[in-house]
Amino acid sequence: MTAPLQDASLADAHVRLDAWSVWFASTHALDAVSLVVPRGGVTALIGPSGCGKSTVLRSINRLDDGQAGLRVTGRILLDNVDIHDASIDPASLRRRIGMVFQRSNPFRRSILENVVYGPRLHGLATGDALAAVAERALRRAALWEEVKDRLGEPATSLSGGQQQRLCIARALANEPDVLLLDEPTSALDPGATQRIEELLYDLRTDVTIVIVTHNLQQAARVSDHTAFLLDGRLVEVDATRRLFTSPRDPRTEAYITGRFG
Amino acid sequence: MAAPPIPSFATDQSRARESSRQRGVQSIGDRLYGGWITASALVIPALLLLVAVVIAISAWPAVQSLGWRLLTDTTWDVPHARFGLLPALLGTLASSVLALTLATPLAFGAAIFVSELAPPRLRRPVALLIDGLAAIPSVVYGLWALVVLVPWLRRDVMPFVRDTLALGNVPLFAGPAYGPSLLAAALVLTIMILPFIAAVAREVLQAVPRSQREAALALGATRWEMIRDAVLPNARAGLVGAMILGLGRALGETMAVTMVIGNAHLLPTSLFQPAYTIASLLANQFAEASGPLHVSALMAAAGVLLAVTIVVNGFARWLVRRTEQQR
Repeated sequence: MTAPLQDASLADAHVRLDAWSVWFASTHALDAVSLVVPRGGVTALIGPSGCGKSTVLRSINRLDDGQAGLRVTGRILLDNVDIHDASIDPASLRRRIGMVFQRSNPFRRSILENVVYGPRLHGLATGDALAAVAERALRRAALWEEVKDRLGEPATSLSGGQQQRLCIARALANEPDVLLLDEPTSALDPGATQRIEELLYDLRTDVTIVIVTHNLQQAARVSDHTAFLLDGRLVEVDATRRLFTSPRDPRTEAYITGRFG
Repeated sequence: MAAPPIPSFATDQSRARESSRQRGVQSIGDRLYGGWITASALVIPALLLLVAVVIAISAWPAVQSLGWRLLTDTTWDVPHARFGLLPALLGTLASSVLALTLATPLAFGAAIFVSELAPPRLRRPVALLIDGLAAIPSVVYGLWALVVLVPWLRRDVMPFVRDTLALGNVPLFAGPAYGPSLLAAALVLTIMILPFIAAVAREVLQAVPRSQREAALALGATRWEMIRDAVLPNARAGLVGAMILGLGRALGETMAVTMVIGNAHLLPTSLFQPAYTIASLLANQFAEASGPLHVSALMAAAGVLLAVTIVVNGFARWLVRRTEQQR
């Protein structure tokens, strides 16, 4: 925990990667990444394609568990508990850590059925309470007004941007503490992108958000902290404003000024 | 904006290339190729039509002289010119549907294991072994069933069901239990169609997009819940298709069934009694058919089998399309 300085104190670390390394077969995807994600607010992960930022994200909810040839060293702590501890069940870990993907992936079910999938699975609510959970989640995802009269329609009848917000609502319905977003707007038009960015701004107060993005302007707009990764290593992490205005590492400067990536 | 002229220039060039090709030497090759493809596409439906027409013409005398009795009569008595297909038709359906019922859960289970649960190292070997079942010739299955399956049924299974379980009075297990039976045919068919259903089901399951699996996993689904909620709903239409493929094979399977079903013109009311299928009937009698009406009746039987297969296929297509639309 020495190399990249980070001013967020360890006390309010929500998620903490501690010398986290990942190999897929012989590919060394992440090399001793140590990173603190503070509680609340938005942390952005930036870097060129293949730098390992998605792998960081997928490590936090253990989504790559069971991949052929996966090997890991180091620790990831959620609320100071090692997520690979034998007492941690990956399924309930993923209940607490929501995830939204690059391409919206609603189930081939109705809008309502998509939103209540998680709560029903985990027994968080039943019967009429499920409808209330769905409404709350859809409101938080700023989708309620658009879909309240068509909850029974197939999720695939929504537009691309609406589908992505539905996926956010579906993740929020589980009442997660952490929300991981893997390039959530890269397949959307500017209008839909803006709506999702506004949404993230509203959500930051009660959910810790980690977002992977290719789009540097987006990272600058939505995040409080930004981490720059290159070739599986963490180069620099800092308050977003500082990282974009006065980066300490020349490689960070080169990247944010568009000299590579 | 200096960009637009460049693409349009490129398009002009490729357009020029295209038209020179149309006028040039290659056009003969193109025309030959097109003709060959069109001919191939026409030959295949023509063959099916030809087969159907030949069967219809040959079956006509029997249809004319026997009418609906061909389908409703339960007696097959060549010397007295009674050619009732009902037992063989029902035997065909009973043995095939029974085999499908037994094979489907096994095949789907194997497919889910290979595609979803098996450790990566085990997947290929298990899949290869299952596919290997499909490579065994029909007659070998028949021999195995004759030498192993039928004696086992006669010695162990049938006495156990009738005496130990005291189910001898139940019509489903009635009759002289001497081995060759509807049950023997259904069991050998089960093993024979298993690899086909399993192979198609495996392909269908593996084609379910990873994004759907990850959607369920990321919401905290266990592996089983993911299979139930994300994989199977996406694979439904294809799985129905896999079953129908198996059923189609079971309906037409001849050799192995003929060897173990007992070949008796009895309505298939008991699992332990011998029965008949249309395919077995044709295999047994065609070579030594006596008299034009006998031949014609057998042709009518072939027509019925063809019709059943086509109806099953049509039903399958309809079912697949309906499940697709329900999504």
